[in-house]
Amino acid sequence: MGLFGKLKDGLSKTRNAISQQVDNLFKAFVKVDEELFEELEEALIMADVGALTSSYITETLRDRVKTKRIEDGNEVKEELKLIISEILNQQDTKVKLNTKPSVMLVIGVNGVGKTTTIGKLASKYKSEGKKVLLAAADTFRAAAIDQLDIWATRSGCDIIKHEEGADPAAVVFDAARAAKSRNADLLICDTAGRLHNKKNLMQELNKISRVLERELPGADREVVLVLDASTGQNALSQAKLFAEAADITAIALTKLDGTAKGGVVIAISKEQSIPVKFVGVGEGLEDLQEFDPEQFANALFD
Amino acid sequence: MAFESLGDKLQGVFKKLKGKGVVRENDIKEAMREVKLALLEADVNFKVVKAFIASVSEKANGQDVLESLTPAQQIIKIVNDELVALMGSDDNKLKYSKHPPSVYMMCGLQGAGKTTTCAKLALHLRKTQGKRPLLVACDVYRPAAVKQLQVLGKQLDIAVFDMGTQANPVDIAVAAVEHAKKHGNDPVIIDTAGRLHIDEVLMNELSEIKAKADPDEVLLVVDSMTGQDAVNVAESFNEQLDIDGVILTKLDGDTRGGAALSIKFVTGKSIKFAAMGEKLSDIEPFYPDRMASRILGMGDILTLIDKAQEAFDDKQAEELERKIRKQEFDLNDFLNQFQQIKKMGPLNQLVKMLPGVDTKALENVDIDESRFSKIEAIIQSMTNAERTKPDIINASRRVRIANGSGTKVQDVNLLLKQFSEMKKMMKQFQDPKKMKQMARMMKRK
Repeated sequence: MGLFGKLKDGLSKTRNAISQQVDNLFKAFVKVDEELFEELEEALIMADVGALTSSYITETLRDRVKTKRIEDGNEVKEELKLIISEILNQQDTKVKLNTKPSVMLVIGVNGVGKTTTIGKLASKYKSEGKKVLLAAADTFRAAAIDQLDIWATRSGCDIIKHEEGADPAAVVFDAARAAKSRNADLLICDTAGRLHNKKNLMQELNKISRVLERELPGADREVVLVLDASTGQNALSQAKLFAEAADITAIALTKLDGTAKGGVVIAISKEQSIPVKFVGVGEGLEDLQEFDPEQFANALFD
Repeated sequence: MAFESLGDKLQGVFKKLKGKGVVRENDIKEAMREVKLALLEADVNFKVVKAFIASVSEKANGQDVLESLTPAQQIIKIVNDELVALMGSDDNKLKYSKHPPSVYMMCGLQGAGKTTTCAKLALHLRKTQGKRPLLVACDVYRPAAVKQLQVLGKQLDIAVFDMGTQANPVDIAVAAVEHAKKHGNDPVIIDTAGRLHIDEVLMNELSEIKAKADPDEVLLVVDSMTGQDAVNVAESFNEQLDIDGVILTKLDGDTRGGAALSIKFVTGKSIKFAAMGEKLSDIEPFYPDRMASRILGMGDILTLIDKAQEAFDDKQAEELERKIRKQEFDLNDFLNQFQQIKKMGPLNQLVKMLPGVDTKALENVDIDESRFSKIEAIIQSMTNAERTKPDIINASRRVRIANGSGTKVQDVNLLLKQFSEMKKMMKQFQDPKKMKQMARMMKRK
């Protein structure tokens, strides 16, 4: 299965969930009327797009349908796809890791799949011929270091680790030094899961950011916020508060292989201008894809 | 604040009516629209919201609301009561086996917090009921999951049963129950691997564990930040395993937690525990009333109580109780109280947690915390003798204290007067019955 096939496969549940409802809709409503818009809005809300963003999207759709004089249900659907991909396309979704070394800092709340995502990222860049170094800066959760260690072995990457309970900024400091001396192409830093409303933990994240800034000045840096696709509107708050602690450049949307739709990224993209750059579609090493807004929007409604 | 509270919005809806004096059905409809939006923002499932609104609308159209002088409050009350009624249940206690050990089996999606919750529950049951729990590591899939449970067990000094990562989870569970019988462990808490509810192979594995290990309760662990998908997850797990209850996790975040309502609504199974926080002691029975005000984004008087509990430690509270009873409460204690309140956080934030307070109006009100510092300064300018026996503070002492604290004699007078009034009030608490009640309230957790 090719890359696109895999993405589509992973997204198919997402797509089915939304598009089944949408398709049912279009079968049921040939006419473009008020009820159609209401049902469409409902479908968006059920996909976790959020009440406000859903209403914004349907309002936009309403205007477009009016000005473009769209009368066919299928064309309305195309227009809806277009609006969503426009929102997702407002920012550059390309990953920028050109310097040597460059850095990825992976952050997020507890249980979204940070460590697993790092395992996949490491494997992905390793297979592209990069020398990847991992930093086990989740020194808080029991056995988190062991978990990353196993991923390091699986992907064949080096890992820098301290004892459980060590200062995460110190781990990152050592890792940054090691990245330089070992001539690594990419340093990927794991961090402890933390709830975004815990001030001191967010300050710790800020400290890690500063260490990277100081030790690897000028290095390309992707700060990846990992979001669980099953998370609802709280993801907005996560994006907002994590952005205050670290300059987020990317979102990785994980667990899209379930029935959750992850629609909240549309709201995040619209309100906070943070692009989605990766999607996780399974538990295998290769089940991480770079995000493509058009494909995403298409896959949602194809 | 990210969300305007439902209270504010409803006030807005009904403010427009003030001139009219009468609430009409249409107005209720508009109010219900706000309720609906609030529930959706809280991630309550859309279908559940629809059903909920339908049932609440009926009640809201009753005479009480239409004739009420405070329709907004009436509606909030109806909505809140309905939420509490829906989320609460009588069987929120864990079932115990007549033939120990009791066996509890955890299940849920990846990342819901099962492993941590297992450890928290074990600690909770040991603490509250003097049990000797056994933790069972049946997550053989996620890297280092077994190790994680072992580390947690070691931290808590609770036994952990594992057979490595090569054994079959079903065999592990069965062997663990045998092990517990032999070694006198009770209850047995089985950690299972996180899995997608649409993963047939792994879901069947859970059914098999349930069949063979015969747990007294199957508990679904759900992340309280879950969105619309919560109903699908809960329904699937319930269909496959006929779960007995739900544990909500990560409630220390700022999620509104609408998933709680959705899950209860579609499965009918009670929510038994709420887990919050990084500490392993951070688990407690589920309180539907707290959850209701959280979902509605309303002032949270209970959080305020919690904050107070955090700031005042038990020992200090007891000492204070003793002093008040013996009428030994002096200015040192008074100062202490002030400092403790300050520890709870900025005053204007605390005030916002009080229900019924108009948060918008408060935005421009700056609570004068400098008055606190003034009081602190005055007391700190007193000698110890003066603090313990304020009666000795005569005119010349007052002048000295005022000079020392950079305040005026009037300020010192005012403080002394307030203090003596406070003491008078405390005298009224001399009734030992009342004291006990208060002490109990302070300790409730």
